[in-house]
Amino acid sequence: MGQANGLSRHLANAYPGGILQFLNRNTRAIGLGDRVFTKAILVCGIAIVVLLLGIFVTLMIESLPAIRAFGIGFIGSKNWDPVAGAFGGLPFLVGTLITSLLALGLAVPFAVSIAILLGEYWKRGPHAGLLRSAVDLLAGIPSVIYGFWGLMVLVPLVRTFELKIHVAPYGVGIFTASIVLAVMIIPYAAALGREVIELVPADLKEAAYSMGATRSEVVRRVILPHASSGILAGILLALGRAVGETMAVTMVIGNSNFLPKSIFSPANTMASVIANEFTEATDEIHLASLVEIGLLLFAVTIVINIVGRYIIHRASVEA
Amino acid sequence: MKFVLGVALGASLFVAVGIAQVFAFQDELVGAGATFPYPLYSKMFDAYYQQYGVRINYQAIGSGGGIRQLMARTVDFGATDAIVSDKEMKSMPAEIVHVPTCVGAVVITYNLAGKDSLRLEPDVLADIFMGKITSWSDPRIKATNPNLHLPQMPIVVVHRSDGSGTTAIFSDYLSKVSDAWRKKVGRGKSLSWPCGLGAKGNAGVAGLIGQIPGSIGYVELSYARQNKMPVAAIRNSSGSFIFPSIESVSVAANIDLPDDTRISITDTPAKLGYPISGFTWLIVFREQAYGDRPRARAYRLARLIWWMLHEGQRFCTPLDYAPLPQGALGKAEKIVKSIVFKGEPLLKQ
Repeated sequence: MGQANGLSRHLANAYPGGILQFLNRNTRAIGLGDRVFTKAILVCGIAIVVLLLGIFVTLMIESLPAIRAFGIGFIGSKNWDPVAGAFGGLPFLVGTLITSLLALGLAVPFAVSIAILLGEYWKRGPHAGLLRSAVDLLAGIPSVIYGFWGLMVLVPLVRTFELKIHVAPYGVGIFTASIVLAVMIIPYAAALGREVIELVPADLKEAAYSMGATRSEVVRRVILPHASSGILAGILLALGRAVGETMAVTMVIGNSNFLPKSIFSPANTMASVIANEFTEATDEIHLASLVEIGLLLFAVTIVINIVGRYIIHRASVEA
Repeated sequence: MKFVLGVALGASLFVAVGIAQVFAFQDELVGAGATFPYPLYSKMFDAYYQQYGVRINYQAIGSGGGIRQLMARTVDFGATDAIVSDKEMKSMPAEIVHVPTCVGAVVITYNLAGKDSLRLEPDVLADIFMGKITSWSDPRIKATNPNLHLPQMPIVVVHRSDGSGTTAIFSDYLSKVSDAWRKKVGRGKSLSWPCGLGAKGNAGVAGLIGQIPGSIGYVELSYARQNKMPVAAIRNSSGSFIFPSIESVSVAANIDLPDDTRISITDTPAKLGYPISGFTWLIVFREQAYGDRPRARAYRLARLIWWMLHEGQRFCTPLDYAPLPQGALGKAEKIVKSIVFKGEPLLKQ
């Protein structure tokens, strides 16, 4: 800034009459740069929308044989028989929804607690840094490592637990998959939650304190309501991640293509069946059915997004 | 002085190797397909490169992918553990041939404390995997294992969750020995399993079996041998209980074969053959002149396959694959000789 001023002063001294002209040309040049920049970001933005539509259209086209063969019944049918060429997506839809929601149920108390702790109680200091790094690191671990950990550590523990409560002691299944998923999604919900809690205006909190509120009352009555839409957004982001997770789930869910009978049953998810059967699916209808599962997964993600936006909107209006 | 000489020698060697690599890069063949023979193929291709300077780029993307890539003519050869079906053969742009390269087997492995050498009848095996026999103390298991103390423990079936040639061979065998299996489940790379847990890959199945007492599952022979897993003997069609081994698997393939070798050898009639065995094949177009392929490239491919059938076979046993028996080798040689370029056979020996 100072440099530019110096330059124009120098130019004004050198070419007293030409300064206006120079500045004019200069602003025109900036204007051109500005227009190019605007165009560039616009193109990038549109490209993403086009890409999204492109993926949707590709999934539609590739799954056409299955859509034609099974119609809307695909979603309601629980029969998945690659040998007979009969396909239905219900077990995978149910498997995905149950594991994701159960994982969310397990993750939310932890995520919100961590968010409050980091956003309100431990704002700085080495202990805060340690916890924050730990949570961030949790998000960076590759999912195959989580799967491995689940298989080696969780499966025997869950098995022991299942033996105690007298259900079939497989160790793998919906319950184990949900625990692994819960650990995986905690950082997503916690990080966003922490940020919005930090943004709660200090004067609101101080007003509450001045009226004699205790710290936990401030958290419950002031901070949480004020930050609720952001916390919900974080939880939703986490749900989206849980719905699409593939590798870790495949390793511990038991990959059984039946409708689960309980939360300890082996099951399968949409992402998992695609990962399992895609490479060796040579039959056209098998391949198309797997793509249709992908389309279904896409649709579930969109529904979660829309419902999420609605909830966030309502929460922010109330707050 | 010696040091300087050494450095100079090293540097020139380095440059020479570099140049050799640049030239070798042109001598490249591309293949894709089965994961099952991948350790063997990568060893073979490495040795072939050392000997002839022809680099072979093999991508183990699965048999299905190999078939699709060959169909699209993006690779010189495909590799598959399951016969390319008649339907797929018809959708190929031209005639393809199957060349068997070695014999693999599917072994039954299990988790029972301190008890090896389980013996199983074929129909008992089928009923276990159909969920009809659910306890280790079942009299039908006891009948063939009088000396084993079998606990009153539920059987947990573990199967592959990913589509695989291993599952194809296993289900092909069960379809031959059990009518109920054939009608209810059938044969294929992915199945609608009547019961049990699914795990991804040999490692996944082995991992679950290691975790769950009382479990039973199937993995490839080489995987089981390298990981020293307990394996069951299966009664073959001649009535003997046969343990899976390099010899018993090779013997299983030593039977009358059709000229195109497109045959399932499960439930083999060979007296001492292990019944859950199968070939793994390379697949190539019989007419190699397509696209802008030079004759030299086609010739290189034919030479490579010929080498794999002969010198290359010595790598099978150390890596726990069964080499081709004599009869199969004879058929395979004829098939390689039938590969042509513009109608002219590429190999004349």
